[in-house]
Amino acid sequence: MGKQSIIPFGPQHPVLPEPIHLDLVMEDEKILEAVPSIGFVHRGLESLVEKKDYQEMVYVIERTCGICSFMHGMGYCESIEHIMNVEVPARGRFLRTIWCEMSRIHSHLLWLGLLADAFGFESLFYQCWRMREKILDMFEMTTGGRVIFSVNKVGGVLKDMDEGQIRQILDTIEWIEKELTKIKKTFLNDYTVETRLRGVGVLTKEQAHDLGAVGPFARASGVVLDMRKRGYAAYPELDFEPVTSEDGDSWARCEVRINEIFQAIDLIRQAAAKIPAGDLAVEVKGNPEGEFFMRVEQPRGEAVYFSKGNGTKFLDRMRVRTPTFANIPGMLQTLKGADYADVPILILTIDPCISCTER
Amino acid sequence: MAEVICPENILKEVDVDRILDESMIMKNKGLRLSQACAAYVNGKYELSYSFAEEGTYQLTTLRTVIDPETEVSSITEFFPYAFLYENEMRELFGVKIQMTKPDYQNKLYRIRQETPFFKKAEENA
Repeated sequence: MGKQSIIPFGPQHPVLPEPIHLDLVMEDEKILEAVPSIGFVHRGLESLVEKKDYQEMVYVIERTCGICSFMHGMGYCESIEHIMNVEVPARGRFLRTIWCEMSRIHSHLLWLGLLADAFGFESLFYQCWRMREKILDMFEMTTGGRVIFSVNKVGGVLKDMDEGQIRQILDTIEWIEKELTKIKKTFLNDYTVETRLRGVGVLTKEQAHDLGAVGPFARASGVVLDMRKRGYAAYPELDFEPVTSEDGDSWARCEVRINEIFQAIDLIRQAAAKIPAGDLAVEVKGNPEGEFFMRVEQPRGEAVYFSKGNGTKFLDRMRVRTPTFANIPGMLQTLKGADYADVPILILTIDPCISCTER
Repeated sequence: MAEVICPENILKEVDVDRILDESMIMKNKGLRLSQACAAYVNGKYELSYSFAEEGTYQLTTLRTVIDPETEVSSITEFFPYAFLYENEMRELFGVKIQMTKPDYQNKLYRIRQETPFFKKAEENA
């Protein structure tokens, strides 16, 4: 038995874009246990329900995160729309779906770049982020923003896309599809990449379920769980099945996310082909009275939006449970028995968003 | 067209003494703890534990309403990953949860103010 020691990891670390701290209990180079600490930048956004009315809260909630900001705004709006029995017009629902899938492409490309950077493949990192820029350009063209979009409102969306813009989005995703097909070979077949990812941080299907894992992290372990199947926005009118893998290792998480980009491209094409003409939103009158748990599939997995209204314009409670919050226990499991050198990869493969977690 | 499942959410109100038993029932049914949270409404805590069924996407929420002084049993015995939710409920609202493992002793979040969500609600009342 080797000597045990505790090595602090983070909150400031080259591989961590955001602060999380782990106390790693080590025996030689092996990790026996990891104890997490979060909360370095907790913002208390949820408590702003006391000062912002339920319409203004859309703009607060979408600032939970700079990557999945669109879906945060939409998830909150859908929870209020359920409480108030508001039916969003079909065009509004399809536009939400297109922006959701653009967000997924943007987020997964960002993650692939960070992963490549973590295992020292910088040219691959540049290639991923080069593609991501094109999607951000499409966001800027259609919403005016590259990080915060502010196009959701309770009852629908605020901005439309004209035919020319939809054509440009389709051209862009076609280009991304071609580029990603080339890069996919490097991520999934390159010998050096495989040696860093294959068999590293295995999470079995049972462990993923028992630890409450969500999103691509769970699907890479064979758990068929995708909140889009619940049928919000225009997903009931589109054809798709959750992307899964069976290996449960870091390579499988990479494979699932790459295949989800292809799936998102397909969903945008389906939505663009079916989007009807019509209104973007309906007028919402009154205040929410009641409560609803809305679940949406963000790029990182299931996010839960709990809204509780009391009949006034201020909510009693707004709560966001982000996917990273749910995936931390699974991440701790993958760290047990891992080599110290693999810690950055294992943290990254849950695609952590501490900004979301510290909402 | 792919099959899309849209079950209604279920809300079940339970006595605080039943939280542990009901959680065990959820565990035995193979459900996943999707979220747990507190709200402070009309001088009482409303605790919500939501359990998700993976095949049907059904969400069942156990709801218990308690006085601020009432102690609640931790469900980490059946759902070990509930520790983050329970530590959060304790730190932000001051909910008295017993036997959470691991217990961060009010240091999960590095915030200066104790139970900020509870205090704000009290000030506004």
